[in-house]
Amino acid sequence: MTTAVDTARTHRRQTFRDRLHKFDLKGTPYLFVAPFFLLFAVFGLFPMGYTMYASLHDWSTRKPDQTFVGLDNYRFLLFEYDRFPWSIVNTLGMFAIATIPQLIVALMVANALNKRLRAQLTWRMLVLAPIVTSVVAVGVVFARIWGQEYGMVNGLLGLVGIDNINWQAERWSSWIAISSMVDWRWMGYNALIFLAAMQTIPRQLYEAAAIDGAGSRQQFWKITVPQLKPVIIFTTFISTVGGMMLFVEPMMFDSGRFSGGSDGQFQTTSMVLIDLLRTHGNYGMSAAAGWLLFVVILLLAGLNFLVVNRIQGNK
Amino acid sequence: MSTVLKPPAPASTPARPANQKRPKKRRKGAGAHVLEPTVLTRVGLIGVIALSIFPLYWMIVIASRDTAAASQFPPVLLPGGNLGANVERALTDPQANLLLGLQNSFIITGTVTVSVVLISSLAGFAFAKLQFKGSKLLMFFVMAIMMVPIQHLGLVPMYLMMVELEWLDTYQAAILPFLVNGFGIFLMRQYTLQSVPDELIEAARIDGASTLRIWWRIVLPALRPGMVVLGLLTFMLNWNEFLWPFLVLSSETPTIQLAIRQISVGLYSTDLSMVFTGTLISIIPITILFIIFGRQIVSGIMEGSTKQ
Repeated sequence: MTTAVDTARTHRRQTFRDRLHKFDLKGTPYLFVAPFFLLFAVFGLFPMGYTMYASLHDWSTRKPDQTFVGLDNYRFLLFEYDRFPWSIVNTLGMFAIATIPQLIVALMVANALNKRLRAQLTWRMLVLAPIVTSVVAVGVVFARIWGQEYGMVNGLLGLVGIDNINWQAERWSSWIAISSMVDWRWMGYNALIFLAAMQTIPRQLYEAAAIDGAGSRQQFWKITVPQLKPVIIFTTFISTVGGMMLFVEPMMFDSGRFSGGSDGQFQTTSMVLIDLLRTHGNYGMSAAAGWLLFVVILLLAGLNFLVVNRIQGNK
Repeated sequence: MSTVLKPPAPASTPARPANQKRPKKRRKGAGAHVLEPTVLTRVGLIGVIALSIFPLYWMIVIASRDTAAASQFPPVLLPGGNLGANVERALTDPQANLLLGLQNSFIITGTVTVSVVLISSLAGFAFAKLQFKGSKLLMFFVMAIMMVPIQHLGLVPMYLMMVELEWLDTYQAAILPFLVNGFGIFLMRQYTLQSVPDELIEAARIDGASTLRIWWRIVLPALRPGMVVLGLLTFMLNWNEFLWPFLVLSSETPTIQLAIRQISVGLYSTDLSMVFTGTLISIIPITILFIIFGRQIVSGIMEGSTKQ
């Protein structure tokens, strides 16, 4: 009798343990990933859907009733509010003139760092150093460097007889100044990413090329660059996302305002979005601007993807 | 002592050709002259580094002088003796709010960093080593949103949410949205795959350890280097965050970045030594981290990219 009870008890205890163990195997993984997905649902997914809702309504601090207006906000932004299409032009333009030279310089710097240098870590840290500054700090310093009256750039240009330029005044000049802030802060970071990829290229390739008489310049163009194509595209993609959200640099260049100069010549889409939200309190319009910006980023990412496929297909 | 034991080789018969450096460990082989730096390499690199360092250096120069120094050409290139006085003036100025900004930034960034590292190491471990239905799909999801600027897209409703909750000017408003970090999970998954052998987990399971215990006792200790890297990158990123704090906080409750914007465009826009001193103060915490943990930051950036 007693033995039977005992076995039953042990059996029950065992099934409880088994069940606990089973839950531990099947359920715990979900508990481990849950914090992330819960946070994402609240602070990612929900706002995204809600942005869509807001963008379809006439909704502002002055009109809190949230009247449904369909795509009217989008139509207004695209066809009636000149600042918006121009902001896309400005953002794309600054992205282009900031990214292309930056990636070329980063590639050359990475190539130099990939040589047999002593004190490798020191070189790498020096190249990366600008990353310690915040974008606000970069804006503060570079706004002075590009200043009209006492700026260093105008000072240097004055030495070769060029008159003071008001860098804020024109589209092209403000784009150059703002791009320099982006380039300065991110070049070293991208160089290190290129360097990481370069180090995965087998050295034998270079050795074979050297035996065949290829100089270091030829090695760079014939071996390094082709091998790096995927990374170059990846970096371009990351820069695209970052570049399309450009905000702090142009804001600091215009003394902390969102209007991007007298005619909005360097107003980015993010600045329009914040201007609509903070200055005008127009939630519906600002949400529509957010979705349009997102669509532009998706289009550019898709373009990137196509290029990648094209290249991989050619291999 | 050593000169007695090893007399220098006579100059006429050098031990090895003059152009050949000491043979390096690990790196000998057929192509000894492959990837050898030229003079041009070094000059070019030094030029680029000079451009990288100059704005940082100039910040120190102006912060250690008076306002007039920022408006001279040729520019003043040597630090002056006013740094201490400028720092004291900047920190004690009641309108500049720098100390409060620093304090808020430390609280917000510190909380975000610790939380992101913990959340990511939990989820990263689950994705790397645990089997559960839908894990592939969920991981794909993480990778997809890693690239998408959700914080930006959801800006308007998130802001409205904070207004509704009456969370403006609170820590939680500045902290919570930044706990969503797909990159952290991705990175910790890679580190777990690399540094935690399956056998170790199996052995612990046979000994009857629960999954939570395995994570705490086996995975976390093995992940420590990876956690340091993720922590550093997260700290740097969030210390420098501007847009979201700008929306939900105010000049009464600023982060250090908001305080810097405030002094540089507002009251002190003409007082450049004040502005530059404030800016210098704002980058000191990250600079210290960078100097101490440079190796980890460099390798974190490089490894994070090759793992894609």
